[in-house]
Amino acid sequence: MANLVKFTIDGRELEAAPGTLVIDAAKRAGIEIPAFCYYEGLSLQGACRMCMVEVERMPKLQTACTLPVAEGMVVRTDTPQVAQARKGTLEFLLTNHPLDCPVCDKGGECELQDMVFRYGAGESRFTEIKHHVDEKQWSPVVYFDAPRCILCYRCVRVCDEGMGVGALGVVNRGVVAEIAPNHGDHLECDECGMCIDICPVGALTSGAYRYKTRPWEMEHVGTICTHCSNGCRTTLGVRNNQIIRGNNRDSSGINGEFLCIKGRYAFDFYDHPDRLQAPLMKVNGKLEPVSWSQALAAVARKFSDVKARGGNFGVIGSNRTTNEENFYLQKFARQVLGTNNLDHRRSGDIVSLLDALHGQQTALATTADLYQAKAVVVISADLALEHPLLSWQIRANWRHHAAHVYVVTTEPVREDKYSVNAARCAPGQELETLQALRPQLVDEPELIFVFGDTIKGEKVRKLVEFGASLGKPVKYVCLVDYANSRGAMDMGLTPELLPGYRASGMPGLTIAEMLAAEDLDVLWVVGANPLAGASLAARGAFVVVQDLFLTETAQAADVVFPACSAYEKNGTVTNVTGEVQRLKRAVQAMGTKPDLEIIGLLAREMGEAAQLGPWSADKVFAEIRATVPGYNVPLPVILTGGAAQTSPVNGRVEAPARPELIRSARNGLFSSGTLGRYSNVLHSVLEGRRQP
Amino acid sequence: MFASHPPLFSNPPHPREVIMLSKRFRLPNSASIDTFLAHGGYRSFRKALEMTADEIIAEVKTSNLRGRGGAGFPTGLKMGFVPRNSPKPKYIVVNADESEPGTCKDRLLMEYDPHSLLEGMLIAARAIDAKKGYIYIRGEYRYLIHILDRAIEEAYRHGYLGRNILGTGMDFDAYTHSGAGAYECGEESALLESLEGKRGVPRIKPPFPAQVGAFQCPTMLSNVETFCSIPYIVEMGGKAYADLGVEKAGGTKLTCLTGHLNKPGVYELPLGFPVDQLIHDVGGGIPGGRKLKAFIPGGSSCPVLTAKECEGLTMDYDAMAKRGTMLGSGGVVVMDESTDMVKVALRIMRFYQHESCGWCIPCREGTTWLRKMLQRFDEGLGRRHEIAMIGELAKNMLGRTFCALGDAAALPTISIVEKFYDEFERKLNAVSAPVPAPGPFPVLNDPPPLGVGR
Ligand SMILES: Cc1cc2nc3c(=O)[nH]c(=O)nc-3n(C[C@H](O)[C@H](O)[C@H](O)COP(=O)(O)O)c2cc1C
Ligand code: SF4
Ligand code: SF4
Ligand code: SF4
Ligand code: SF4
Ligand code: FES
Repeated sequence: MANLVKFTIDGRELEAAPGTLVIDAAKRAGIEIPAFCYYEGLSLQGACRMCMVEVERMPKLQTACTLPVAEGMVVRTDTPQVAQARKGTLEFLLTNHPLDCPVCDKGGECELQDMVFRYGAGESRFTEIKHHVDEKQWSPVVYFDAPRCILCYRCVRVCDEGMGVGALGVVNRGVVAEIAPNHGDHLECDECGMCIDICPVGALTSGAYRYKTRPWEMEHVGTICTHCSNGCRTTLGVRNNQIIRGNNRDSSGINGEFLCIKGRYAFDFYDHPDRLQAPLMKVNGKLEPVSWSQALAAVARKFSDVKARGGNFGVIGSNRTTNEENFYLQKFARQVLGTNNLDHRRSGDIVSLLDALHGQQTALATTADLYQAKAVVVISADLALEHPLLSWQIRANWRHHAAHVYVVTTEPVREDKYSVNAARCAPGQELETLQALRPQLVDEPELIFVFGDTIKGEKVRKLVEFGASLGKPVKYVCLVDYANSRGAMDMGLTPELLPGYRASGMPGLTIAEMLAAEDLDVLWVVGANPLAGASLAARGAFVVVQDLFLTETAQAADVVFPACSAYEKNGTVTNVTGEVQRLKRAVQAMGTKPDLEIIGLLAREMGEAAQLGPWSADKVFAEIRATVPGYNVPLPVILTGGAAQTSPVNGRVEAPARPELIRSARNGLFSSGTLGRYSNVLHSVLEGRRQP
Repeated sequence: MFASHPPLFSNPPHPREVIMLSKRFRLPNSASIDTFLAHGGYRSFRKALEMTADEIIAEVKTSNLRGRGGAGFPTGLKMGFVPRNSPKPKYIVVNADESEPGTCKDRLLMEYDPHSLLEGMLIAARAIDAKKGYIYIRGEYRYLIHILDRAIEEAYRHGYLGRNILGTGMDFDAYTHSGAGAYECGEESALLESLEGKRGVPRIKPPFPAQVGAFQCPTMLSNVETFCSIPYIVEMGGKAYADLGVEKAGGTKLTCLTGHLNKPGVYELPLGFPVDQLIHDVGGGIPGGRKLKAFIPGGSSCPVLTAKECEGLTMDYDAMAKRGTMLGSGGVVVMDESTDMVKVALRIMRFYQHESCGWCIPCREGTTWLRKMLQRFDEGLGRRHEIAMIGELAKNMLGRTFCALGDAAALPTISIVEKFYDEFERKLNAVSAPVPAPGPFPVLNDPPPLGVGR
């Protein structure tokens, strides 16, 4: 770039784009300027005064976090004056600070400790009485200990700017100024815990984590949240085979530091007391614990029998199991059981979208695209509740790049607040309403359409036609429900489609048809709960269930295998935008096995293992990469915890889309299907209890 | 219209006064528009309507008018900074938050001559093409809001406010807005935040209000007295106004004399008035013939001067700067030899720690620490090494806070501890004196306040 500004910091000649802040320029050059209130991506405060630097020809010290570089500027961060200023500010900061590091959750990873260690004085001159305020609980997950607060306003900003919630503010002034929640004595908000996470000190602490451990006693495992389809990377803090904390402070992954309440806290279902720990088998009409070998043998015997006599199988897969498990399951169903009666709960019409796009590989938006695109149109979805990360991305795009956001929904949504046009439509009239936005949309240089489950079948085709008619680069996101809803479609967990959306060419039953088929001999359910609110017509069918809990479906089973949760196994999942990411085992749950292993052991028990191949996650993933179109993603990216987008279709989809089967569960922030019922956190928060 | 209102002053002006801003203070019903019009009111505005915007600004520049809110920034320059051709609306904002201890002049202008403020706003509005003006008044001045609202109502009725003013096509609306009792909301950017309905904490500068002010739009924000001075500049011409004062500081200034004086009060004096005469002539001298010990020239934010430093000093911006202090807002505090300077330091710090908005660390924590420490000193519980520490801590605030309140707390403290070090030493083992409750500024030793409020 020609118009770079030249300046020096500590004698080093540097260049940066005009408008770059001195603190950022220094950081890029590897020069640390200490800061509390400055936080990349959030608005500037200039409040903590830690970042003061000397600038030639300016009489006073300047705050590096508010000062843009200028041509010829000479900055020094290494002078005695700067060192003295840092020391003085830290000395002030500690005057009313309780210094209860020995019992503070933050101890060991506290920015204040680190700052004082590096820049502060070794002793305190303050001999007055400290100002004290008692600790407060604002919600089951958010606690506030005011004396530890350094008033950096990060929490206020992340909640307002980042989350779009604005639940935190400041009350009082001067030394008694205090962060306060929106309802005076308690919070009503998203309960995301972003404020806790971003707090540099131990002022905001998490109800789920506080006083449980010292941070250095934990190991940190980076894996993917198992709740919604957004695919946030979450770093689990593990100690003694227990998950103690979820966060993403290292900003790895597609979500940066973002996590919603589910990603941050709702892993807690994994050690719910109702967790199944041994296989169960129906003995005299009652489910009794049995050994793995007994259960496996019984199921294998039954499967072999039914297969031998040409009986009817029905196989229902999951929206949360890994790609490897889904791939292996469909292979098992099709090759070993010889059936196409294979389905899962479908929540978005990705098939119609892929078909309408004719395999235009570049027309599927990534999570990152939502942060970069000049314009985003949200149709038929309450993103802030149903797809928190996508909402976060779009909001950040609006804040940082002034992206134009359009909304077409039946009800008000959070995106309205910063949209250029928030259009309300009657149910079913989304596309008509969208037409009315055309004059504005044609002026956008590029667009992303994000659409929910009411846009399906013909409507998807019409939407894509509409998009194409704008004559601009257009991308799409077809919203789906769970962590691997997209992967389940990609891996061919439907009667009509094989992995990679190739037509199976064979007829097969859908979920509803399986449940209604009176001649069904075996129903095999892997990580799903189809019998919640439904019944099985085939009274005598042998029901096999793999699950974490004794769900409605499991209660009706003949054999139940206790399965691992996403936090207890390896594998990959594909998020809503088609990005493949890797799960990493964080803990082991006594008595359980990963679904992949259960399926593999069944194959072995039936003597069919050879044709299905080994059931290790890595080996199956290698096969997926080799055989499923679009999944030949770069292995190093996946192995190092990155995300790689798949492009599963290169042309038309030669099978019907079945829009009539598509219905989103519309989980809000505080629910997550059957799994969510076993999360104490989701039940504990006020907002969760209020939500139907 | 107005209930009959006696004049502010029944006595004649002091012969050394130059009566201009205060010219209507001695009239009955001075706040009513009838009185105002009968005594030359809105004449300058009519004259300004014949002038171009550039001409008005040029006159203000020539007048050497400097902001009367404390910082003394040249008002003409500030007006010139407002981007007149910006497509955004432009605003006039009057800083009527008058909270600087020792200062009580804006109050008189608003109470006894509210229309002169409106007239100043109108002229400024014409110069920067503003269509709306806000008068931000400190919450404690609630009764003045009443008076101003009535004046605004009268001005609307007489066609000086509203649409198509005096048939010229000019539109201008004026509003009053109440603060809620925060000194910090007198700081211009905090004032704007508060005006917009937010928490009263300052903004990052630059940009300055002239570019990005009220509601993110170009804004001329000045003190009440500054606006009130503009009509006289237009009336007499910038040159004649400048000639009333000294080089680089034109006109007259309402000076608030408080403290140990026989005749405290508000006096209108030309810039450059000698301090010695201020105390001994205008102020009637120090009661009981006591000697001058310390002098605050313009509100509690200024470094304190010793009697010696006041010798040959004149009341203008540059002369004060040369002695290391500031003319400030015109709130003079005279302290005689009976004054306990530790108590003065404590009283000043108690004010700032109470008023610190809490936004930034050095001010929030520094004022609190210093207040606690000074309190201890006052109770005779200071430690010798801490005398120097008081200055050190204040210096750790100075120039490092987010807004000038931190400096305002640090400067007087540094000056007192450096210039009156021995008084701190003497207090080291003094018997604990009762701590006075927060009261009017300053807290004085026995014998109790002579001269104050007389
Ligand atoms: C802490 C603080 C308090 C202030 N309070 C007042 C005030 O009460 N009235 C006022 O006119 N200016 C006050 N000022 C000065 C204003 O920031 C601003 O400089 C002034 O209003 C500009 O008007 P002028 O140019 O007419 O002086 C204060 C400044 C600071 C830093
Ligand atoms: S938990 Fe989330 S929504 Fe609630 S106050 Fe904290 S940041 Fe805001
Ligand atoms: S609670 Fe934490 S994040 Fe919020 S202002 Fe205090 S220190 Fe900063
Ligand atoms: S947004 Fe979705 S993926 Fe991300 S943490 Fe929340 S539930 Fe998990
Ligand atoms: S110096 Fe800081 S804390 Fe003090 S009033 Fe200004 S912004 Fe607020
Ligand atoms: S980081 Fe610059 S003031 Fe806080």
